[in-house]
Amino acid sequence: MNRSTHGWKWLLVSPALLVLVFAASGPLLIVAVYSFLSPGNMGGVAWEFSTEAWFRVFFKRDIFEPENVALNADFLAVFQRTLWLSFQTTVICALLGFPTAWFIATRPPHRRMIWLFLITVPFWTNLLIRTFAIQELIRNNGTINTLLQWLGITSRPIDMMYTDFAVLMGMSYVFLPLMVLPLYAAMEKLDFRLVEAGYDLYASRMQVLRHVILPLVKPGFIAGSILVFIPSIGAYVTPSVLGGGRSMMVGNLIALQFGQGRNWPLGAALAMLLLVVVVTALIFYLRVTSRETGERHG
Amino acid sequence: MANPAFDVRRLPGFGTVAILTLALLYLPIVMLVVFSFNEAPSQSTWGGFSLKWYEAAFNNRQVIEVSIRSLWLALVAAGISTFLATLAALATTRVGRFPGQTMIYALINQPLMVPEIVTGIALLIFVAFLKVQTGYTGMGYLVLAHTAFCIPFAYLPIRARLETMDLTLERAAADLYATPVKTFTYVTFPLLVPGIVAGFMLGFVVSLDTVVITEFVKSAGQDTLPTYMLGQLRRSITPEMNAIATLFLALSLVVVSLFFLITRKRG
Repeated sequence: MNRSTHGWKWLLVSPALLVLVFAASGPLLIVAVYSFLSPGNMGGVAWEFSTEAWFRVFFKRDIFEPENVALNADFLAVFQRTLWLSFQTTVICALLGFPTAWFIATRPPHRRMIWLFLITVPFWTNLLIRTFAIQELIRNNGTINTLLQWLGITSRPIDMMYTDFAVLMGMSYVFLPLMVLPLYAAMEKLDFRLVEAGYDLYASRMQVLRHVILPLVKPGFIAGSILVFIPSIGAYVTPSVLGGGRSMMVGNLIALQFGQGRNWPLGAALAMLLLVVVVTALIFYLRVTSRETGERHG
Repeated sequence: MANPAFDVRRLPGFGTVAILTLALLYLPIVMLVVFSFNEAPSQSTWGGFSLKWYEAAFNNRQVIEVSIRSLWLALVAAGISTFLATLAALATTRVGRFPGQTMIYALINQPLMVPEIVTGIALLIFVAFLKVQTGYTGMGYLVLAHTAFCIPFAYLPIRARLETMDLTLERAAADLYATPVKTFTYVTFPLLVPGIVAGFMLGFVVSLDTVVITEFVKSAGQDTLPTYMLGQLRRSITPEMNAIATLFLALSLVVVSLFFLITRKRG
């Protein structure tokens, strides 16, 4: 009996799983295989085993003397920028998101719903449109530059497009809701009697914030940080629109290998590298969040 | 001096930052909408109210064509993925742990975890291979890619609905000699409808927003509205783009608001 109900369940899940294996997991395995092949002449691959793609992710050979090997400084610069911009994005989102989440969590319940709705709505609107909105603000003849010139602060427009600053602004803007929501979830459960106890013991506001509130909402803080960090390191649309060729991130570097670069194995190896970093961050995230729910039950 | 009205929940300055954050979130979008009604072709100087950019958008055959393709694709992909996700949710809720459960969850959630650019190039490689092998270059690839991507989004609200549903109603039906099929048709399914509708809406919005995967999977002449816009962003921009973006925003807003209303009623 038990066995037949299991068979019935597998029958129900299998169509969804089939689609996912065919259009999500399967192709990922092909990427892993492709990263160990040689590049074809016109894109694509030649079916010869090679570790050259993985080698080129980190190192570079001299064109004239192939024995001369050096670190691939161009790629390293892109990795470094990706990590640094993602880190900065996380910090900006935390600085804005923490007070916002706190403010929402301390409103009366019916008003919290409205605030949460307002924070969530931009997240469900098209990412491309939000990136476009930022572009319109920071373009040379965009809103900010026109305003600055009209106020007489600058005489010439400040170049903001195609810089790390532009990408940072765009990513912080786009991923901010991902920080607010888990922080809010942690603060909503906060026992305010503990905060009160802190004040009763003559703690200052700063001391209560540091020694009572921050340790208690730490899981939400970590969850929010990872939720911002993960899409940041994998970002493609925002850096390609706002950063262009001058402020590339790993996502753009991968795409380049399938376009002008025409080195599919190298692109596949870079994609696998990005995937490993993301999955590591995700495992960390799952451990933090499951520990949190475990505490709640225990 | 002790203050009787001392509020332990208050942290000075936090309210200001919260309102500032909300302003920052909405200001760029509001500017975008405002300048879609600008008579002058500028994002910064106001030349009077005009609907001419909307007129231009509606007279742009390419815009109409890619919009229809986007809507069609979103409806089809959301429809199929909602159907598949409903079946999967029925099979994976209200049971104890069963063999293969973790694998099923990992598979269903994979599109949420893997960066879109990685999924995009993986599909590019796979589709390039299939095109050579089968010679087929139609919309099927985009439908398949979008369907797979929408499954986790459709699955979440349906599963949430199933998990909070009152089991006693189903038991009552069984006690009254209803067959499993009848119980499903008259009890489970009607109760599940809000979850299914919510799942469909989420899938619809996600498919409509998907740009990276479409960009790498599409064949020539298969642009959707987001990939068309991405192409335009790299060229010079007129407020016609603002008009298109505003209409797009309005559509997303309507669907997302409906989604919130449906999922909130659940209580």
